[in-house]
Amino acid sequence: MNEMEPDVIDLLSGIEKGSPLDGLRAQRQAARENAQKSYQALFAPTSLGSVSAKERHAVAAYVAGLHRDAGTLAFYMDGLGAQNASRSVVEAIMAEIAHGAAEGPFGRYPRGPLAKEDKAGHVGRISKANRRTLGARLSAALEHAHLLVFHPRDASPAALQALLDAGWTTTEIVTLSQLVAFVSFQIRVVAGLRILAQPTRQA
Amino acid sequence: MSDTIIVRAHDDRPAAFTQDELGWTPWLAPLSENELTERHWTGLVDASRAKSSYFMLLARDPEILEARTKTDKDIFYNPAGGLPRAERELSAAATSRENGCIFCASVHARFASTYSRRPEDVQRLLDEGVSVDIDQRWNAVIAASVALTRTPAAFDWRHVEDLRRSGLDDLAIVDVIQSAAFFNWANRLMLSLGDPTAPAKG
Repeated sequence: MNEMEPDVIDLLSGIEKGSPLDGLRAQRQAARENAQKSYQALFAPTSLGSVSAKERHAVAAYVAGLHRDAGTLAFYMDGLGAQNASRSVVEAIMAEIAHGAAEGPFGRYPRGPLAKEDKAGHVGRISKANRRTLGARLSAALEHAHLLVFHPRDASPAALQALLDAGWTTTEIVTLSQLVAFVSFQIRVVAGLRILAQPTRQA
Repeated sequence: MSDTIIVRAHDDRPAAFTQDELGWTPWLAPLSENELTERHWTGLVDASRAKSSYFMLLARDPEILEARTKTDKDIFYNPAGGLPRAERELSAAATSRENGCIFCASVHARFASTYSRRPEDVQRLLDEGVSVDIDQRWNAVIAASVALTRTPAAFDWRHVEDLRRSGLDDLAIVDVIQSAAFFNWANRLMLSLGDPTAPAKG
C-alpha cells in the first residue's frame, strides 16, 4: 500500500492534516485505513480479475452522479479519464446520470402489512443510443447500479439474471455489488463529515 | 460453472420487520469450504464466517471483503469514546428500516435492544417506521441516520445541532455518520444478493 497516496475520504471531504476532523478520524483509525483499503481493493487491486479498471470507474462515476455529489463525481470521472475512456463514453455516462435522476430509497415490500409503505419511483434504463456506445455489459452494470442506489429493496433474482445474460459471472457480480455499495458508503461518510466540518451553522 | 441463479421452491420471506432471528439464502452460489485458499480465509477475517452463506458468497472477492469487515468492526466495536454501542446499533437499525432491509434490521434491532435494554422502544421503530417519536436523543440519532440514507443525502447542519443538543460530542456524531453510512453499504449487499427467510418454527 502506498503511504503517500491521499486518503480519498479526507480528500473528498476537505479534511486537512491537524484539523479537528483529522483528529476525530484518527480515533477511528482502523475504519479510516480500511475504508481506504476498500477503495484500493476496488479501484487499484493487485489483480483486476476480469472486471476492467474502466468498468470500475465508469460505474463509480455513475453512482456518484446519481447521488448528485459533484466532488465525488469529478474524482471518479478523473479516474475514468485516466483509463483512456473515450469522450463518447464519458458523455453517455453524463447523459445517463441526468436521465436516471430520482429520489431514494423507494421500492416494494413483500405482500403483507408493509405493502402500505410501497413507494413507486423512476427505474433506470439505459437509452438505446447510449447502450450502443457503452455496450451491453456496462449498460447492464449501470442499470443494476441504479437499482442498488435508489431502490435496493426491489432487487431480485431476475436482476442478477440480467447481469449474467450480459456476460457478468457470479464472482464479477460480487465485485460489482461491493463497488456500488462501497461508493454509496463513501459518499455518505463524505457528506456527513463535510457538514460536521463547518464551523457554524449555514442556512 | 456455477453461474446460474439459485431458485428456491418455497417462498417463506418474512413480510414484516421483526427482532426474531431470521435466515438468509443467497441467489448466487457461495464458495464451498473446499474451494477456499489462504487468500479466501484471510478475506473472511473470522474463520467462523465460513459457516455463513452470505460471507462465503462475498468471499469470491476476498480483498474487498476483508477491508469491508475491518471497517465494519471498527465502526461498531471500537469502545474508545464516542457513541455507546446501543446507539450505533440504533443507527444501523434505522438505516435498515429506511432502506427496507428486513434481515439487517432484525439483526441490528436485536443488538440495539440488548445493549440499550429498551426492546419496546426498538420495536416501535420497526413497527411505526423512522418517523416514530421515542425521545429527543433517539429521535435525533434516527433522523440523522435516515437523512444520510436518502439519495441524494439530506443530512445538514440541523441534524448536527439536534445531535449536539442531545448530548453527543463530535466523535459520537462521527459514529452516527459512519454507522448509517456503513449500513448503506451492508443493506445494498444483503438486499441484492439473496433473500431473508422466516425463523424456524417451533
